[in-house]
Amino acid sequence: MTETGTMGLPYDLIIFYLFASIVVCASGMVIVARNPVHAVLFLVLTFFACAGLWILLEAEFLAITLVLVYVGAVMVLFLFVIMMLDINLAVMKEGFVRYLGIGTVIAVAMLGLMTAVLGPEHFGIDQVPAPARHGPDYSNTEALGRVLYTDYVYAFEIAAVILLVAIIAAILLGLRKPRNRKLQDAGTQAMVRKEDRLRIVKMDAEKGGHS
Amino acid sequence: MNYLIAIPEIFILSMACIILLADAFFGRGRSGMAYGLSLVTLLLTLGFIVFFSPMITETAFHGLFVSDRLSELLKLFIVGVSFMVLVYSREYLAERNLFKGEFYVLVLLAVLGMMIMASAPNFLSMYLGLELLSLSQYAMVAMRRDSGVSAEAAMKFFVLGAIASGMLLYGMSLIYGVTGSLDLSTIHDVVAYSQPDKVVLVFALVFIVAGIAFKLGAAPFHMWAPDVYEGAPTAMTLFIGTAPKIAGFALAFRLLIDGLEGLVASWQQMLIILAVFSIGLGNVVAIAQTNIKRMLAYSGIAHMGYMVLGLIAGTADGYAASLFYTLVYAIMAAGAFGFILLHSRQGFESDQLDDMKGLARLNPWFGLVMLVLMFSMAGVPPFIGFWSKWFVLKEIIAAGYVWLAAIAVFFAIVGAFVYLRIIRLIYFDRAEEEVTAEASGELKLVLSLNGLVVLLLGIMPSFLLGVCLAVFH
Repeated sequence: MTETGTMGLPYDLIIFYLFASIVVCASGMVIVARNPVHAVLFLVLTFFACAGLWILLEAEFLAITLVLVYVGAVMVLFLFVIMMLDINLAVMKEGFVRYLGIGTVIAVAMLGLMTAVLGPEHFGIDQVPAPARHGPDYSNTEALGRVLYTDYVYAFEIAAVILLVAIIAAILLGLRKPRNRKLQDAGTQAMVRKEDRLRIVKMDAEKGGHS
Repeated sequence: MNYLIAIPEIFILSMACIILLADAFFGRGRSGMAYGLSLVTLLLTLGFIVFFSPMITETAFHGLFVSDRLSELLKLFIVGVSFMVLVYSREYLAERNLFKGEFYVLVLLAVLGMMIMASAPNFLSMYLGLELLSLSQYAMVAMRRDSGVSAEAAMKFFVLGAIASGMLLYGMSLIYGVTGSLDLSTIHDVVAYSQPDKVVLVFALVFIVAGIAFKLGAAPFHMWAPDVYEGAPTAMTLFIGTAPKIAGFALAFRLLIDGLEGLVASWQQMLIILAVFSIGLGNVVAIAQTNIKRMLAYSGIAHMGYMVLGLIAGTADGYAASLFYTLVYAIMAAGAFGFILLHSRQGFESDQLDDMKGLARLNPWFGLVMLVLMFSMAGVPPFIGFWSKWFVLKEIIAAGYVWLAAIAVFFAIVGAFVYLRIIRLIYFDRAEEEVTAEASGELKLVLSLNGLVVLLLGIMPSFLLGVCLAVFH
């Protein structure tokens, strides 16, 4: 059993509720925040709190990766993109009131359904037993590494191919040749062939005398 | 471990990488190289699929890959149809400065994604294959960078596709939560024999069916299809509208029947809604279109509705009819888009209904090919489209859904107007300007073969149907 804190609650439960409430509040702020830069910063906070939750689940490797990759790389890139884009806030908020009604109805309906279906009577501790706690010498990273390159090597390879597609697509869509520079490429000039420059059009001779 | 059964996938991935590198280093001024290599790759892959076929159901990669009769048949058609797509689209791409090695690499990787889906016995490999396919498609649609319409289509496709993938993933995660497994056969056994939480399973099923419908382009999750079909360059539309439908069948069959057959009563109800909406909306709205690509998008929505009918029947014969329908539709759609590509040229897309006027007079042979294709799509006997509808309807009536069959037939008659109008335009209207199709010999050859295959299948549907039946028995 875990140690209990001052109010009789186990420490891990207190930590869970702390992080969980941060996740809920911060992700709400991502949507509500007026300034897109603030929204991204709240998303960073959400990721941090999620990483905390994952550590509670003994998934340290994933938690650290989440912070390193998402917070460290992806979100910083996001911030750069948002700061460089000239976002017109007035245009972005235009549809807000118009879609507020239907949006609220759908959100409330989804919330109701999800609480009904995903509540404790379906995913409570009776249905889904808590995972076994491991000792301090247990390494989650090692356990992941053991299956990642053996049992799941096929999925790992496909994920690599997906990244390859992303790289190809990014270069294909992003790479622009310098068009407004007037450069002479001596190599191509020397390599030019007659067929590249000259087109011979076969035409019928003009019939009749009238012009 | 038996890696040999995955040789086709391994080969196509290796060749995609080789083509990518070869094009980067030696591709300048030799844009035909990637095209030629891709065609050779696809042909060899066809050979490998047949040669390395294990003839029995065999798994590899710790249960993440399966080779069975269904996966092999689907792969043969996916690769074959993609081959046709490449031949049809070469000239179109060259005229629009899109004839680049990257396009061929993306097509090969998309084909790889579809092949992974076709032989996925696990949620994990199914989802990864689907994402590989989808990402390649998004990039292809966005390839024409100077066109605002293409960019808009790509953006819509990307955002809606991402939402659909998210829904599918959410449904999968819930099923994992209930059954404790990602393996479809384990899930099948848990759902069928132990008493899992039905409420959560049905809730998850809603998300899975919605995701499948998005990817198939079935109403009411069809919104992306018309805009993407119209906005994408025709060569990309041709690809999106054909082979991925076959992969979509794999997605639907593997998830709903291989995995969740125990919930058949629940997903039947959902699929009935999809089928009725798709058949009704697709056939009726297609009438109002003036752009052929948009019209074919709505026609595709309707056809996916008919395809779903076979799954609703819930029997092995029904699945076979559904598979038959998908394969036939992919071939017919490829031919129809090929006909548009035949007449497009630089600065002229040939995608308006008015552009079809009088084409049969200018080019009697291809007018005849289009006549066969359109009669077939409309479901006029004895063309193949009639037989595919017939088998699906027969199974759905045998399963006791006579009212559903009546709706399907009624809207098929409504939809026939769409296809017959094209025939009227081709044969009985006069062209406003006299143009001749200046297409490459290989396009003409493959398009003629495509028409002949549709005609021959219509005369002898029993061969392909027999193959489809053998898959499920």
